[in-house]
Amino acid sequence: MGQELKVALVGNPNSGKSTLFNVLTGLSQKIGNFPGVTVEKKEGFSKLPDGRTARIIDLPGTYSFYPKSRDERIVMDALADKNSPVHPDLIVFVADASNLKRNLLLFSQVADLRIPIVIALNMMDLSMQAGIEIAVDDLALKLGVQIVPISARKLEGIEGLKLAISQSSSIPTQFPSIDVPALAPDLIHAIRRDLNIKYPYVALQLAHQHEQLSFLSDEENIRIEEIKNEFSFHSQKSQATETIGRYSFINDVLFDTVKLNSDPGKETMSNRIDNILTHRLFGFVIFFLILFLIFQSIFAWSEYPMSLIENLFIWVTNLSHQVLPQGVFSDLLIDGVLAGLSGVLIFIPQIAILFAFISILEDTGYMSRVTFMMDKIMRKVGLSGKSVVPMIGGFACAVPSIMSTRNIENWKDRMITIMVTPLIACSARLPVYTLLISMVVPDQKVWGFINMQGIALMALYLLSIVSAIIVAWAMKLIIRSRERGYFIMELPVYRMPRWNNVLLTMYRSVKAFVFEAGKIIIAVSIILWVLSSYGPSGKFNDIDQKYRSEAYVEKYPKHEIDRLVSSEKLENSYAGILGKSIEPVIRPLGFDWKIGIALITSFAAREVFVGTMATIYSVEADNSNLASVRDKMMAARNSETGLPVFTVAVAFSLMVFYAFAMQCISTVAIVYRETKSWKWPAIQFAYMTSLAYIASLIVYQLLK
Amino acid sequence: MKLSQFQPGQSGIIKEFTDLEMSIKLMEMGCLPGESIVVERIAPLGDPIAITVSGYQLSLRKREASTIIMQ
Repeated sequence: MGQELKVALVGNPNSGKSTLFNVLTGLSQKIGNFPGVTVEKKEGFSKLPDGRTARIIDLPGTYSFYPKSRDERIVMDALADKNSPVHPDLIVFVADASNLKRNLLLFSQVADLRIPIVIALNMMDLSMQAGIEIAVDDLALKLGVQIVPISARKLEGIEGLKLAISQSSSIPTQFPSIDVPALAPDLIHAIRRDLNIKYPYVALQLAHQHEQLSFLSDEENIRIEEIKNEFSFHSQKSQATETIGRYSFINDVLFDTVKLNSDPGKETMSNRIDNILTHRLFGFVIFFLILFLIFQSIFAWSEYPMSLIENLFIWVTNLSHQVLPQGVFSDLLIDGVLAGLSGVLIFIPQIAILFAFISILEDTGYMSRVTFMMDKIMRKVGLSGKSVVPMIGGFACAVPSIMSTRNIENWKDRMITIMVTPLIACSARLPVYTLLISMVVPDQKVWGFINMQGIALMALYLLSIVSAIIVAWAMKLIIRSRERGYFIMELPVYRMPRWNNVLLTMYRSVKAFVFEAGKIIIAVSIILWVLSSYGPSGKFNDIDQKYRSEAYVEKYPKHEIDRLVSSEKLENSYAGILGKSIEPVIRPLGFDWKIGIALITSFAAREVFVGTMATIYSVEADNSNLASVRDKMMAARNSETGLPVFTVAVAFSLMVFYAFAMQCISTVAIVYRETKSWKWPAIQFAYMTSLAYIASLIVYQLLK
Repeated sequence: MKLSQFQPGQSGIIKEFTDLEMSIKLMEMGCLPGESIVVERIAPLGDPIAITVSGYQLSLRKREASTIIMQ
């Protein structure tokens, strides 16, 4: 596509890059992966004033080209490799105007790659408030590039930026900043000559990080290694010299283009907020209150939309029964697919609320304060303050959280974080917990406002945090490492959350949940329906025969016979046989063979438990009974004793089992991909399953 | 004097670093020799600390701060 302009957004973390990306692309964005790696790639399209379309690629935020984490390596990979599908025609460098000096370090590195570049000078509103005066035109003249002042949050200057993108030159215009070849003259010369590299800074970067770049061939890597040895290249010393040189250039440039008119004695708003939020005592109290608020609202706010979805499904099921002809196909559709889906889609409101809170905490800058406050505790148990964000993300889903551990530079810290993150109560457990809690915990208020069910849920979440900490501490003693960890992290100023962004996050997470989880759930539901509707040949006929006999027809009313027939058929179906075969193992935990079926199917994903329960009890129930999953499970009786199946002991034993057990294929897969070995997922699976079994056993035997 | 020995509210100018690897990370984040630093606060549990350097806030552990020698 000749008319399409490929534009990459490059900039520091917290420079407003994602906000600008959202503003430029709107809902046209696609989330994928960068080629060959699992770093999230955000891409979208933007219409330019001249009618062309720009393909906008959001590269991970980084402070410099010397990557501290795997995400940051993507930037070099995309920019240094001309043949990369994400190699841009133009770079839009997003700079935070209130923090120009540090932002220009990365700019001066990017500029030396000789790709055409435009600066979007973001957060102009903030920097004006802070009393920073920037002579934009003079600065542009000194750097040799177009600079467009914008405020992405307030949508100011966006048209100007689009115009600058469409009018950008196809050849680089930026002035050189430092004398790059002087950093290592012979080495740069040799690499340029032998690998046919056009620009000196690209050659130098290859010397620094060729091992981590994906586009070099083995021979090229060997040749670079030889050249490095030949000229005894010292990477760290060269980096230090380069960084100092660049800053001295930046200081020169900024000397007469940026003026600071603020009163140094005046305390900033952000500082005053920090005085409270990171206060010795209030800091932790507030953090706890925020968590409390989140869990209370997950229950309170979702009640109404959840009952709407529930009623919708009851209505659809009812309608299907009337409209569809009786037969195998409609049974499969209604008892298999529809029942399975309804059990899961009902949790959309709760997932949306959870993701909304997480995105607000990140957006406001509060999440990094949590990291700041918790670092010392986390380090005591073998984690780092940076483990807090993946672990809080773990409340949503372990899969993206485990991917986000790439920001943890230290190998051991990262491994332990990966190992314990799946213990954190993820949103897939939420359906299981809320269903079981609503069955056995009374919906009562204590002191008029604290919901008992909310307390029970919070207790389960606290259990997950405590267990993660204990396991982390144990692993700290087991895993050996000599690598040093460090914790140098920006504390961004507090900002109001961008409500658009919150909505977008909710939309994305719900969409992912519905499509990703939905696929598995429909598949599992169909398989399950088949397994529970058919049995070894002859068995079902015998049952039909048995109940058609005189003795039964006289003794029981018609609907009672129907119930007995379907119940006995389920017991003799393939699923029933499967469940019964593991019953001896799970009996001490209080589980019967029906729960056993759910345990097996939910090895794919925890939320499948609810769908399975729905399917099992729908297959069993006669068609006139169209109550919710919860009512069906409440009504379930042990066929021998006649007592309810789901007692307090069974429900809590089940919840504890789901709290610890590694029942998520996606997590196993992502841990394998992130650690590049089967060893870690295998250890994880083994320790979590044993923990689950032992904990459930204790809970059931105590509460029985 | 090392940066790690500073109290909240105290300020000073960076003189040099004692650790090459750490110094690169710190310089990338704007902590350069000659730059002035204000210690803003210490985390509730005594570590890490938050400093203001070249117009923004940075948090680092005391161990890392101890590699920064102040004038």
